[in-house]
Amino acid sequence: MTATTPRPASAEALPAKPAIRLGDLLFSRAALWSGGLILVILAAVAIFLVAQSIPALTADPADFVGQPASFLDYVWPLVFGTLWSAALALVMALPLAIGIALFISHYAPRKLAQALGYLVDLLAAVPSVVYGLWGIGVLAPAIQPVYSWLVDNAGWFPLFAGPVSGTGRTILTAGIVLGVMILPVMTAICREVFLQTPVLHEEAALALGATRWEMIRMAVLPFGRPGIISGAMLGLGRALGETMAVAMVLSPQAIVSFALLQSANPSTIAANIALSFPEAYGVNVNLLIATGLVLFLITLAVNSIARYVVNRRKDFSGAN
Amino acid sequence: MSKRIEVRDLNVYYGKFKAVEDVNLTIEPRSVTAFIGPSGCGKSTFLRTINRMHEVIPGAYVEGEVLVDGNNLYGKGVDPVLVRRQVGMVFQRPNPFPTMSIADNVLAGVKLNNRRIAKSDAEALVEKSLRGANLWNEVKDRLDRPGSSLSGGQQQRLCIARAIAVEPEVILMDEPCSALDPISTLAIEDLIEELKTDYTIVIVTHNMQQASRVSDKTAFFNIAGTGMPGKLIEYDETATIFSNPAVKATEDYVSGKFG
Repeated sequence: MTATTPRPASAEALPAKPAIRLGDLLFSRAALWSGGLILVILAAVAIFLVAQSIPALTADPADFVGQPASFLDYVWPLVFGTLWSAALALVMALPLAIGIALFISHYAPRKLAQALGYLVDLLAAVPSVVYGLWGIGVLAPAIQPVYSWLVDNAGWFPLFAGPVSGTGRTILTAGIVLGVMILPVMTAICREVFLQTPVLHEEAALALGATRWEMIRMAVLPFGRPGIISGAMLGLGRALGETMAVAMVLSPQAIVSFALLQSANPSTIAANIALSFPEAYGVNVNLLIATGLVLFLITLAVNSIARYVVNRRKDFSGAN
Repeated sequence: MSKRIEVRDLNVYYGKFKAVEDVNLTIEPRSVTAFIGPSGCGKSTFLRTINRMHEVIPGAYVEGEVLVDGNNLYGKGVDPVLVRRQVGMVFQRPNPFPTMSIADNVLAGVKLNNRRIAKSDAEALVEKSLRGANLWNEVKDRLDRPGSSLSGGQQQRLCIARAIAVEPEVILMDEPCSALDPISTLAIEDLIEELKTDYTIVIVTHNMQQASRVSDKTAFFNIAGTGMPGKLIEYDETATIFSNPAVKATEDYVSGKFG
């Protein structure tokens, strides 16, 4: 609209100055500040982590609790436990999330879909302590017989190697609890992207003689792929950083083991910080913060990989 | 390949609303039939009953019969999925699958119908279909690019290639040129003329010049008012409809007095 604003004759020689509107100005500044604030917060956390980690990285490992040979020796089992439990959670929860989201978006009658949507969102509001309690109080004892059966009958499979945990409090239980925790956010995101599939593309598939499932495979899932990946990454991020549920379910040890059903299980970085922090002193505090820095870097790497995967096939994303 | 379509006493409903009332007409094989009429007169709805696509909308159903070579599409136990494999459709807005390459778009329907197709057969079919849609020369060097990288007119011809790749008996076109520029429209119209030798084509159009250019017969639909069902007013040779229609409303519409 600036072009139509009449200019005073005397100002003809000057370059046209676009009119500044207060609303535009306020909004753009507010947006700028919000964006900047994210960077500031992130930088503050990163600086804290790095600064507090340096003493641990330079200290003599003999000063650490448990006398590990080096910082890496200390952190590696935790990194492994973090990734392993989060991966277990994701493997179990992602297919379920996609299934629930498809049911809500494309199969269920509208009223049922709405009710289900609310229920799923409600799951997201349950605090993680409650999930942890449920894990040790309900899930672990209930699922222990299944674990026993698995070890007895499928013990030859390395993941199910014995001896079985008598309490059911294993990394698989922790993975299930984490899976339940990350299910709502992944379901919600998948549901939203599935609902946004253009009707045009769905009709194109149906008009070619696709069944409902074929239509979903041709039009809905490929279109929703970036959203599915984003949802999975959000879920994974939550699983990586989750503290209480894991800390409550597992009795951790500093080991690296893929076995799902034994009583000796690796801990995770976040759970280890929560469990060890109250008794930490001196350089051990820095040690725990350094493991936090490692978790920060892992999360960064996971998100970067996800971005790369989404962008790799940008031309085919359907957003153009 | 092409088949005769007979429609008998067809009523179309969306829930309680009667959208189209009492249509009777016969469409000859290897011909182009145009449906014209003002917006909301039910011509698109009626078109979609010929491949049961209207059923995509919840609550939609029909009374009456649509016979393709004597087989009622609405007979007991007839699977709408199979109907749509025989009666292809091209939509108002070009809708190639954005997540598929040009070649995969052409093969999309074929892969549904017969899951395994040899690579050489697939390549031959892609070329044949794209040639059939007059698109081959424009895209032969970029078959692996996304379908959405093409212009609107090219995308629409890609959709036609996708429809003819499964060798349907009938091709329905729902205002296929309304989102296209005049040059692309001309390309599609030329294509319709060529496709006529193999297929029975039914086209809905708002463009009366287009109807008179491409079609052999024309059906004029109209509504008495908002909320009333659409009706088939007149169905005849295109030349007759545009020069000497039997009904006054048809004459008013084609001469531009309303609509």
